[in-house]
Amino acid sequence: MAKQYKAAGEEAWKNNVEKVNAELFIFTYGSLVVQLMRDYEDCAAVNAQLDKMGYNIGVRLADDILARTSLERCADLHATAEAVAKVGFKMFLNVVPTVVGWSADSREFSLQLDDNPLNDFCELPPRAVQDGLWYSNVLCGVVRGALEMLHMQTEVWFVRDVLRGDDASEIRVRLVRMLDEEVPAGDD
Amino acid sequence: MQASNLLKLDTRASKRSNMLLEQSLAKPRRDKVSLGAFAFLFAEIIRYSQNRVLGIQDLEAKLNELGKRVGVRVFELLMWREKNVHRETRVLPTLMFINTVVWRALFDKQADSLGHSTENDDEYMITDNEPSILKYISVPKEMASFSPGAFLAGVVEAIVEGCQCPARVTSHLVPADGMPLKTVILLKFNQEVMEREKRLETTK
Repeated sequence: MAKQYKAAGEEAWKNNVEKVNAELFIFTYGSLVVQLMRDYEDCAAVNAQLDKMGYNIGVRLADDILARTSLERCADLHATAEAVAKVGFKMFLNVVPTVVGWSADSREFSLQLDDNPLNDFCELPPRAVQDGLWYSNVLCGVVRGALEMLHMQTEVWFVRDVLRGDDASEIRVRLVRMLDEEVPAGDD
Repeated sequence: MQASNLLKLDTRASKRSNMLLEQSLAKPRRDKVSLGAFAFLFAEIIRYSQNRVLGIQDLEAKLNELGKRVGVRVFELLMWREKNVHRETRVLPTLMFINTVVWRALFDKQADSLGHSTENDDEYMITDNEPSILKYISVPKEMASFSPGAFLAGVVEAIVEGCQCPARVTSHLVPADGMPLKTVILLKFNQEVMEREKRLETTK
C-alpha cells in the first residue's frame, strides 16, 4: 500500500506538476513570517495566523491533489497518513516525511520531517524560540484543511522543530472524528 | 532557574546556527517546489494583505515590501553563486543583469524585453509575457488596476538597490493577444542615479 502511494507521488511530481524555483518559494515564506511577526508581535498570534492561512490553503489543496492523481478513497487512517506523506508532501514540496509514532488506538500519528524546505535559510532569533514560534506552522494548517476536505476533523500541531534546536521536526496529527457528508443547511 | 534555561536554549540554538553556517551555498540544496505550492502561498499572502490595507495602492505597496525582502536574499545568493558575473553599478548593465541572470535563476527563462521610455529618460521597462508565478492569481474585475506583479517589482527594487541604482519600481498588467498575463515592470530611477549616469557618460 505504501509502495503504491510512493509511486503515485513520484509520478505526480515528475509528470503532473509544474515547478518553480524552490528558493523563491522559501524566501517568500520567510518574508511572510517576518511580516506576520511585525504585524502581530506575539508568537502565539503568529502561530494561529499561520495555521489559519495553512487551513485556507489546505482546503483548496485537497482538490488539486485529487485532480492530479488517481488516488482512490483511503481505507483507514493508516492509508491516509501514507497518502499525506508520500503523495501530498511529495507533490508540493518534493519531500517525503516519515509516518511514525502511531498511538495504540490508531487515531494519532506523527509526520517526521527530516528535511523541511521552509527551514533552508532560516535561523530563529532567541526571542522567537523563547516565545514559542513554530516557524512552519502553516504546514499544520494545510494538513488540517486538506483532511477536512476529505471528511476528517483533525487536530494538527508541531511537536518538535529543528529551528528550535530539536533534532528533528515532527508534526502530530490526531483524528478527532469523521465528518458526515452533509448538505449545508439552508442551501435550497 | 531562568538563567540555566536560557543557557540551554542558547546551546541548542547555536547548534542550529553552526549547522546552518556550515551548509554550502555554492549549489542550491534543492531545485524546485511545485508551482501550486507557490501559487497557494502567494494567493494566501494577497488575501492576508488585503484585509490589512485600504485600497489597491496600499496592497501593491505591501506586496512590494514582501518582494524586497526576497530580492535582497536572491541578490546575495546570485552574487555568491554565479560565475562570470560581477556586481553592476551602472544602469544599463544592471538592467541587463536583471533581464538575464536574475530572471534565468528565478524563472528558468530570460525576461522578454527591456525597454527605455521615450517620454521620460529615467524610466525603463522590463517585460515578462507570462510570469509563471502569476499564473494562478485571478484578479476580480473590481480591482482591475491591481497588479500582483507588485511582488516581482519589490524583488527587482531590492536588486537595483543592491547595484547602487535605487529606483521606484512598479508593476503593470498589460494584457495582449494571447498573453493575458503580460506584465511590465517599470523602473523609475532616482534623480541621483540619473545625474551620476550623466556624469559618468561625459567623463568617458
